[in-house]
Amino acid sequence: MSTTPQAIPYTEAAVPKKRWLSRQNWERIVSVVILLPSILALGLFVYVFIGWTGFISLTAWNSAAPDFTFVGMQNYARLFIGSGTDAIRFRYDIRNEVGFLVLFVGGCIVIGFLLATLLDRKIRGEGIFRSIFLFPMAISFIVTGVAWRWILTPGDPNTGWIGVNLLFTNLGLDFLRNGWFTAPTVVYFHPETGVGQLLTNIGLGFLATPDFGYAVAMTSIVVAAGWQMSGYTMALYLAGIRSIPDDLREAARVDGASEWQIYRHVIIPLLRPVTLTVVVILAHIALKIFDLVYSMTGGVSAGFATDVPALNMWKTTFDATKFAQGASIAIILLLMVGVLIIPYLIWQTRSEEH
Amino acid sequence: MAAVVPTRHRFSFHWTRIVIYALLIFFALWFLMPVYVLLMASLKSQAEALQIQNMWLPPRIIGFKSFLTAWFGSNEPPATLGLEQGFWNSVSLVIPATILSTLIGSINGYILSKWKFRGADLIFTLMLFGMFLPYQSILIPLVVSYQTFTNWTGIQLFSTIPGLVVAHVIYGIPICTLIFRNYYAQLPTEMVEAARIDGANFFSIYRRILLPLSQPAFVVVLIWQFTSIWNDFLFGVTLANTPKVYPITVSLNNIAGSFHVPYNVQMAAALLTALPPLLVYVFLGRYFIRGLMAGSLKG
Repeated sequence: MSTTPQAIPYTEAAVPKKRWLSRQNWERIVSVVILLPSILALGLFVYVFIGWTGFISLTAWNSAAPDFTFVGMQNYARLFIGSGTDAIRFRYDIRNEVGFLVLFVGGCIVIGFLLATLLDRKIRGEGIFRSIFLFPMAISFIVTGVAWRWILTPGDPNTGWIGVNLLFTNLGLDFLRNGWFTAPTVVYFHPETGVGQLLTNIGLGFLATPDFGYAVAMTSIVVAAGWQMSGYTMALYLAGIRSIPDDLREAARVDGASEWQIYRHVIIPLLRPVTLTVVVILAHIALKIFDLVYSMTGGVSAGFATDVPALNMWKTTFDATKFAQGASIAIILLLMVGVLIIPYLIWQTRSEEH
Repeated sequence: MAAVVPTRHRFSFHWTRIVIYALLIFFALWFLMPVYVLLMASLKSQAEALQIQNMWLPPRIIGFKSFLTAWFGSNEPPATLGLEQGFWNSVSLVIPATILSTLIGSINGYILSKWKFRGADLIFTLMLFGMFLPYQSILIPLVVSYQTFTNWTGIQLFSTIPGLVVAHVIYGIPICTLIFRNYYAQLPTEMVEAARIDGANFFSIYRRILLPLSQPAFVVVLIWQFTSIWNDFLFGVTLANTPKVYPITVSLNNIAGSFHVPYNVQMAAALLTALPPLLVYVFLGRYFIRGLMAGSLKG
């Protein structure tokens, strides 16, 4: 605007206003027409398809042959009410998903932030370290799954321990051996234990069930997913730290703040928006996690110990051909992601305007 | 003060430096560990690979036979398929899908940054949701509409390379548009205004002014799309139902999921699958990371 102030009177004189406007209008139409195919395609492939999935989730289409008889919320009821296989499985899915999400997001933040602060200390070979921490992001979840399945294959005492269990055995750390992603163990407050009894006594007995526990097998998924995504978290934090002006830190240093205090009172508070971004992005990846579990476990697990909603949806729909049931899981998954992403998108577009 | 502090400072300086480097090296080894395991396994012969107690040790004799088996498959019963077909399937779907989605993203980004109409920001936000959407919530209609399309037109989309290309292009539009829009938005609008006053129209502004400046954005988007389409599994496993169409990730998953395939071959297959995006990462990592950061919107 300010760079060519002298040009304005010239153009106003030279170009008649009316023609200029009409040409602009015509070009506006052209621009919208060119954008239109993308708008229509995404409108159909995203929004109409979501509505369509929602419709299917209300029908009786639970075999290979399409059946659009309206059944109301029956498919949802089967997931949430009673103790049928679908309900048990879905409750376990949610349990696994919550455990995975918390540990994965938390782990990535701790490691990612630590790596970012380490790399921020004027490190020799910073570029090399950064490249090493970030390379897993370039790799398919399927490759990650295949590699970690091999590393975490438990083996057994008869045919020989494998992977990390083998390492533990060689190091004399036998007590650390475990079934990894094949472990059927679920940690929860058993009703017989003190806490379990307490929960039962105060009318919260439902908390003392495997529905509200942690499936140990999910730890393996956390490790593999964390291996892949913590470098990404580091990159986001490092970019955030680097965008904090040096003067701010210098000022704190002059005031006698220690490095720790600078982090505690200057850097971490300023990184709050980055942390919010990290949490939203990682949590939405955690909710959508599918490929990794599929390739690590082959999509099956004893007692659904590594089943998650995205995997359940796919298996229910395309293996068991229960399309309406699968659609209902898909809609719940969408709602979970939407609750996270929609406020985030609004926040991002709002903050862009300012 | 200046006389006292340096000695203490230097001492603690050294001590913390050692801890910092030790931690960094520890994490570097941790990140590289799976690569080590994959390499050690795949460089072993089958006989050596069978000695599982040595799985963490390097091979006594380095061989590349497992890579050949991973690539070509094995005719020894039970016969297993290799990666070869999947590799070429992925190549032939990644190239058109990457180019198409990048071009669409570029023109969309131009319009949404330099030709903002009323509601443009809303349209853009609605587009962006397509990037975070769990694809499970559109998969059933996608499969059904592919079949409906075939019934209407006779053109096969389900379980064909073009069908996969269509899905990748459409669901790739949001991220491509986002990167280009943000890139063009930071180019001064005065430049566009000035060109318009000089008589340039919608197309010539794009071709003569923005396009020559867009090279970095094109590299970022091309690399991003190449990597994410190459690494995709969900569309591949849902929209393809024959080895003739399986993308490489599905081929790899089948190889690794088979009990008949020895693990040195499985690991070789995993390395071969990871190789193209890794090469891109090694040579063009800077641009890959830029795409990565754009995926979180503003970061």
